[in-house]
Amino acid sequence: MEKFLTLTSTIVPLPIENVDTDQIIPARFLKATDKNGFGDNLFADWRYNKDGSPKADFVLNNSLYSGSILVAGKNFGSGSSREHAAWAIAGYGFKVVVSSFFADIFQNNALNNGVLPVVVSAEFLSEVFNAVNTDSKVTLTVDLQNQTVTNNASGKSENFEINAYKKECLLNGLDDIDYLLSKRDMIEAYEVAR
Amino acid sequence: MNTNEQTPPSGGQGATLFDKIWDAHVVSSVENGPTQLYIDRHFCHEVTSPQAFNGLRARGLKVFRPDKTTMTADHNTPTIDQDQPVKDPISRNQLDTFARNAADFNMPLFYPLGHEKNGVVHIIGPENGFTQPGMTIVCGDSHTSTHGAFGTIAFGIGTSEVEMVLATQCILQTRPKTMRITFNGKLGEGVTAKDLALYMISKLTTGGATGYFVEYAGEAIRNMSMEERMTVCNLSIEMGARGGMIAPDEKTFMYVNGREFAPKGEEWEQKLAYWKTLKTDEGAKFDKELVFDAADIQPMITYGTNPGMGMGITDSIPTLDQIDEAGRISFEKSLNYMGFQAGEKLEGKQIDYVFLGSCTNGRIEDFRIFANYVKGKKKADNVTAWLVPGSWKVEQQIREEGLLDILTEAGFKMRQPGCSACLAMNDDKVPAGKYAVSTSNRNFEGRQGPGARTILASPLVAAAAAISGRITDPRA
Repeated sequence: MEKFLTLTSTIVPLPIENVDTDQIIPARFLKATDKNGFGDNLFADWRYNKDGSPKADFVLNNSLYSGSILVAGKNFGSGSSREHAAWAIAGYGFKVVVSSFFADIFQNNALNNGVLPVVVSAEFLSEVFNAVNTDSKVTLTVDLQNQTVTNNASGKSENFEINAYKKECLLNGLDDIDYLLSKRDMIEAYEVAR
Repeated sequence: MNTNEQTPPSGGQGATLFDKIWDAHVVSSVENGPTQLYIDRHFCHEVTSPQAFNGLRARGLKVFRPDKTTMTADHNTPTIDQDQPVKDPISRNQLDTFARNAADFNMPLFYPLGHEKNGVVHIIGPENGFTQPGMTIVCGDSHTSTHGAFGTIAFGIGTSEVEMVLATQCILQTRPKTMRITFNGKLGEGVTAKDLALYMISKLTTGGATGYFVEYAGEAIRNMSMEERMTVCNLSIEMGARGGMIAPDEKTFMYVNGREFAPKGEEWEQKLAYWKTLKTDEGAKFDKELVFDAADIQPMITYGTNPGMGMGITDSIPTLDQIDEAGRISFEKSLNYMGFQAGEKLEGKQIDYVFLGSCTNGRIEDFRIFANYVKGKKKADNVTAWLVPGSWKVEQQIREEGLLDILTEAGFKMRQPGCSACLAMNDDKVPAGKYAVSTSNRNFEGRQGPGARTILASPLVAAAAAISGRITDPRA
């Protein structure tokens, strides 16, 4: 997994609440047996017309907005456990998703793929949406070590929470399997002791 | 709203059902981090597992405990002509990959298409006795919460976590908060477990239980059959909960006893003695407690594009001023997708499709309810009905009980087992703009096919809609 330290980027705003994993990546795209190519179908039904042409009114098709930070309305990633949603977000090039609330399984899946979910207050989120409405090139800075997110339009900063273990994993580019494999002896001892 | 947020009892000493099972499965704890939890049963299907097996190959690993993983093909399978080669080459490749992974890693519990134990993963688990009280259970599927009906900690995981379980039979999890939801009193005539769940989700909203593991309690839950309890626990994820669980009781033990993979003889007696201790102690503390009155619940339908957008079948869709400001864009987008107006009543509205099936409502009792309603009536001409049993065992029981004859007489056909139109990965897609009354679990945009409009409901409401061709109160 790639290391994550700090990131300053323009943002892609998606001010919709309860964006579920069927919107992030519809089920009919889950037939692949590897992790590649899901970014092309990120938000497929919002992004493309039936004939595959881009829908002009969707934010990913609007050249005003770009960057590696997705900013979304509250309760992002609800629904299915499909890790394909995290693969689609990472595959498209997003490294951070900012929202005021995330669904549990999505949050885990994102972290396991080096995508950082950043939980901000409803007020901060609303200010970011307002700022990007005024200036599409506004940037956010996310600093994982210090657990801060800054709206560079206003200079306003907020701290965000992240599990200390997951933070270490991201800072060092390690994953859970490495950790669990190192505990094989303990697992076998647990099985015997039951 | 009849919800009373109660202050948890102070000075409680006892443990919750969740605490007891969690604590019994801790292998180690990471300092300031998650818990390493041992997993008793892993269920696996063809869609969320191939990348996990590839991960094992890349690391040169074997499956650590092959007998603790049960594999069934269900998500991406056709529900007709299952004896023929699967037509879609990409789907076929996914199923072939699943079989290759089972063979390469010597997985003994592999139930491919056509196998007598094949079916929807959360249906074949309980019916074959894989699901037992006190277990930790995971699957790369969010509706794994279904198994919580047996007093288990069961939850959905991503593919990276599937790989962890295959490699180590363990998972790293942060301990969730606990919530108890109590349903006092009895459900009214024509009101089912599905209605209770949709009612609860409409009160909590789609993210209202995020971060929590829920225990369901109270008279209305105790009165439910095991299958009804599975429906309630199944839908826990639709309010964001990590999972839902119900303390096991005599009904649970009766259900498990004698099933193929259930303990036998002396082992059964030992397990049973332990299972009887699996309940929340008097005075145990929950992080949150909610109480509802079952008598307040009526048959439910959804009107929007998440399962929290539900209402009583005779109610009206909320008006814009009832929605908080930050949510209005999403609310309007949702109604626009559904072709509904704010403030509108939906009773009497014409529908096009009915789907009976899924891990939520694809069990024998669901087919009994549906068949009992349509007996002696005729399916409406404007309705296309897909009746999809959850497994071959359910299918067989439908035949044996004479339900198929009743359904056929009323103009219905039965399809073959699978997840089918619940997520429409296969060909069972509702066309764009069409309305489907569906007994499944999600009404997300495009869930049942691009542009499809889903109205979630109980098997009883679905039966009434299939007969009248309209949204119909089954009590009327």
